[in-house]
Amino acid sequence: MKVRVKFSKYGPSRFLGHLDVMRYFQKAVRRAGIPIAFSSGFRPHMIMSFAAPLGLGVTSDGEYFDMELSRNMSSQDMIERFNEVLTEGFQVTGARKTPEGKKHNAMALTAAASYRVRLLQSAKIWPEDMAKQAELFCAQPSILVEKETKSGSKMADIKPGIYQFQVDAGEFTMLLSASSANYVKPKMVMEAFANWLEIPYSPYGFAVHKTEVYANRGMEDAPDFVSLEELGEDIE
Amino acid sequence: MRKLALKDEILLQIEKPARYTGGEVNAVMKNKEDVDIRFAMCFPDVYEIGMSHLGLQILYHMFNERPDAWCERVFSPWTDLDEILRREKIPLFALESQEPIKDFDFLGITIQYEMCYTNILQILDLSQIPMYARERDESHPLVIGGGPCTFNPEPLAPFFDLFYIGEGEASYPLFLDTYARMKRQGKSRMQFLEEAAQIPGIYVPAFYDVEYAEDGTLISFAPNRPGIPAKVARQVLTDFEHAPYPKAPVVPNIKATQDRIMLEIQRGCIRGCRFCQAGMIYRPAREKNAELLKQQARDMLRNTGHEEISLSSLSSSDYSQLKELLDFLLEEFKNQAVNVSLPSLRIDAFSLQVMSRIQDVKKSSLTFAPEAGSQRLRDVINKGLTQEVILKGAREAFRGGWSRVKLYFMLGLPTEDEEDVKCIAHLAQKIAETYYDEVPKERRQGKVQITVSTSYFVPKPFTPFQWAPMASVQTYLDRVRTVREEMRQQENHKSIKYNWHEADVAILEGFLARGDRRAARVLARAYELGAMYDAWTEHFHPKLWTQAFADTDIDMDFYTLRRRQVTELLPWDFIDAGVKREFLEREWQRAKEGAVTPNCRQSCSGCGAARHKGGVCVESES
Repeated sequence: MKVRVKFSKYGPSRFLGHLDVMRYFQKAVRRAGIPIAFSSGFRPHMIMSFAAPLGLGVTSDGEYFDMELSRNMSSQDMIERFNEVLTEGFQVTGARKTPEGKKHNAMALTAAASYRVRLLQSAKIWPEDMAKQAELFCAQPSILVEKETKSGSKMADIKPGIYQFQVDAGEFTMLLSASSANYVKPKMVMEAFANWLEIPYSPYGFAVHKTEVYANRGMEDAPDFVSLEELGEDIE
Repeated sequence: MRKLALKDEILLQIEKPARYTGGEVNAVMKNKEDVDIRFAMCFPDVYEIGMSHLGLQILYHMFNERPDAWCERVFSPWTDLDEILRREKIPLFALESQEPIKDFDFLGITIQYEMCYTNILQILDLSQIPMYARERDESHPLVIGGGPCTFNPEPLAPFFDLFYIGEGEASYPLFLDTYARMKRQGKSRMQFLEEAAQIPGIYVPAFYDVEYAEDGTLISFAPNRPGIPAKVARQVLTDFEHAPYPKAPVVPNIKATQDRIMLEIQRGCIRGCRFCQAGMIYRPAREKNAELLKQQARDMLRNTGHEEISLSSLSSSDYSQLKELLDFLLEEFKNQAVNVSLPSLRIDAFSLQVMSRIQDVKKSSLTFAPEAGSQRLRDVINKGLTQEVILKGAREAFRGGWSRVKLYFMLGLPTEDEEDVKCIAHLAQKIAETYYDEVPKERRQGKVQITVSTSYFVPKPFTPFQWAPMASVQTYLDRVRTVREEMRQQENHKSIKYNWHEADVAILEGFLARGDRRAARVLARAYELGAMYDAWTEHFHPKLWTQAFADTDIDMDFYTLRRRQVTELLPWDFIDAGVKREFLEREWQRAKEGAVTPNCRQSCSGCGAARHKGGVCVESES
C-alpha cells in the first residue's frame, strides 16, 4: 500500500537541508516501527520518495513524502507513532492512502505551492500602500528575473508562475508554480517586487513559510488546484 | 521552542547550518536552574567528525544520567562561521542550550589526535576564555582535557586547568561529586583544583614544575606544593561488563562520518604491536559478554533508527564470542535491512565467510595491515603476521570472489633499511601472483586491484618505541622513492597502485606527540599565525609552523629525530599508564633484537596491567 505522509517543519529544523530531512525520516520510520517496504537487492533501501525540496531557512506546513507499506496500518496509528519519535521542529499531520503508479508520486504531482511571507526588517522602507503596489506589480505584462541555470544565468519571465500575490499588514500571501519546468521561489518574487519598487532588497529581510503543496487537476492555463493530501484517503 | 544563538542571516550564509542548531534525536535538554554542573563536552573538530566519536557519546550519556549535571556538546566551528564569530564577537555556544560556553562550569575537551591542538586554541579563543590557565579566574569555566593524547599532555599543559588521564567512566563520578559539593560550599577555583588533584587520574599542570638540563632534556618533574601526588595514575574501568553505555546515542542532524551505531565489543588489545599506543594504554584487554551486547544493539537501534551497526574494537577477530555475536546480528536484523560492518578483522576463512554474507564481494575490497614489508621488520614491531598467513588469506579471498585488496604499511620504522621497504613491493607482487594462480582466466573480472598505502611512522609515548628517533623527512621520502621504484620493477606492477602520506603533517605530529611544555610556545605561535584545522589537508599550512618554530627558537629535530636514552626522564614519565616502564624498556630491547613477544592469551609478559585484575589478565582463572 502506498501512503502519503504530510508533515510540518518549523523552528530550528528549518536549517536541515533536504537530504538530511530524508535521512531524518528514514530513521524516524524505524524508530516509530512503521511497516515500510524495502527494495530487493544486496543493500535494500526503504521505498520512500519525497516531494520537492524545501529551501534552507523556510518553514512549512505542507511537506510530503510517499512510502510503500509492507502491511496495513491505520492513518491515526501512523501519525501517533511518528509524533512520538519526532523531535522539536517536525510534526506529522497526515498519513493517507494514495493511488499506485509513478504519475501519482508526490514529486510528479506537485504543480504549485502556497506561501506566507512575513517581513522582518522595519517596514519603513516598504511603501504604505503596499497592497495597491502588489496589484500594480502583478498587472505588468511580464516579470523578468535572472534565473540560475547550469550554464550561468538567464532572464526568465516568472509572471505565468505567479497565481496569486497579495499583501496585508506586512504579510504576503503567494501561490506560485512549483512544477519542475517552471519553479518560482518566493524569494524570486520578493526580489522582483523590491526591484520594481526600487527599494533595497535583502534576502534575509523576510521569513518564508510554505502553507501547502498542490496538484493541478485542470489544464495548465485553467488550473484546478487540489492539495496533495486531498488526493489520498484516510486508512481506518 | 529553543532560541538559536545565531541569527537566520548568519545561518543562511554558512555551510551546513545544522552543525550549529542542536536539537537532534536523543539530545538532552534540561532546565539549567535545576543543575549544579554545566558541562560543555567538546570534540575539537567539525561536527561530522566529533559526532562520530563513541567516547563522547558514552560520557555525554553518563553525565546526563546525573540529575545534578547537564552535559552539552560543542564542536569546532568551520572556517566560515569562525570568521563571522570573530568579526561579530559572538561567543561560542553549546548546541543544546545555545548559550555561551564561557558561562559553563566546565569545558571538557577530548583530545584524540595531535593535529587538533590548534583547534583547541580556536575553541578557547572563540569561547572568549583566556587561552592560558593562569589567566583564568573564578568567572571562567574549568578547562579539562581527556582522551589518548593526554598520555603526554605537556605540549598542552599551559592551556588546561586539569587533565583527566584514562577512561572517563572510572573517576568522573567522584570528580563531579567533588565539584558539586565544593561549589555548594562556595569554595574557590584554587581550592577545588587542590582537592581535584587528589582524585585518581586528575593532573593539574600548574601544580608541577619542570627543570631542564643544558642539553634540553628534563632534569626533574615534580609537584611544586605539598600534598600533590608525584605520580598520576591512568584510570581504568575494571568492570567493563557493566560500563555505562549510551542506550540512546544522539543522532547527528547531518550525515556524520560514522552514521551508524557503534557497538563496543571490547576495549584494549591482546596483541602488543610495539608501534601501537592504543594497544598499550588500554590494557588490560577486556570483553563484553555477547548476551549483553545483543541487548545493547537492540536498544540502540530502536532508539536511534540507524540502519547500520558497526562493531567497535581494536582487533575484532580476537573477540572470543565473535561468531555467536555476528550470527545473531546478521539473523536478527536481516529483515530490517540493518547493515553490519566489521572493521579491524583479520582475513581468514571465518571472516571471509562472514563478509560474504554482509557485503557485495565484487564491489568490496579486503584490507590487510602487514605494517612492514619484511618478516624481519614485522618481528621488530611485533606484528604477528607472516607472509604465509597473508598469502593464505589472499588465496581464500580470491577464491571467494574478491579481487580488490588494500595493503597498509608504515615507513620509517625503527631499524628499517632499504631491503625492508623493497619487500613491500615484493609482497604486493606475490599477492598479485596468487590471484593469477588461483583464479582461472575465464573467471577473472579484469585485473586484480592491489592498493598499497604507506604512512610515516610516528613514535608515541607509552609504547616501546617511545625512545626511538623518528625517520627524517628526507629518509622518509627516500623510502617512498625506493618503494615506488621497486614497485615499477614488479611483473604485475600494472595491477598495483601505490599511495603514500604527506611528510609535513606526520613530522609535526611526531613533535607534538613527544613534546614537552616548551612545545606549547610553538603551538600558541602557530595558532597566532593562523594555523587551524591542521588535520585537514586543505587547511594545513606547513609554512606557518616553520615560522612558529623560528619565532620561538625551538628545534623540532630535538623532539623528533633524537635517540632518547632509556635512562632519560621523559615528559610523560609522571603518568602511571598501567604498563610499567620496565616492560616498555624490555620490549624496546627485544624489538632491537627482533624478538617476538607472545600475545596476552598465549602467555603473560608481565606488562603491569595485571594489577588491575581485569579482562584477559584474569581470563584463565575464571
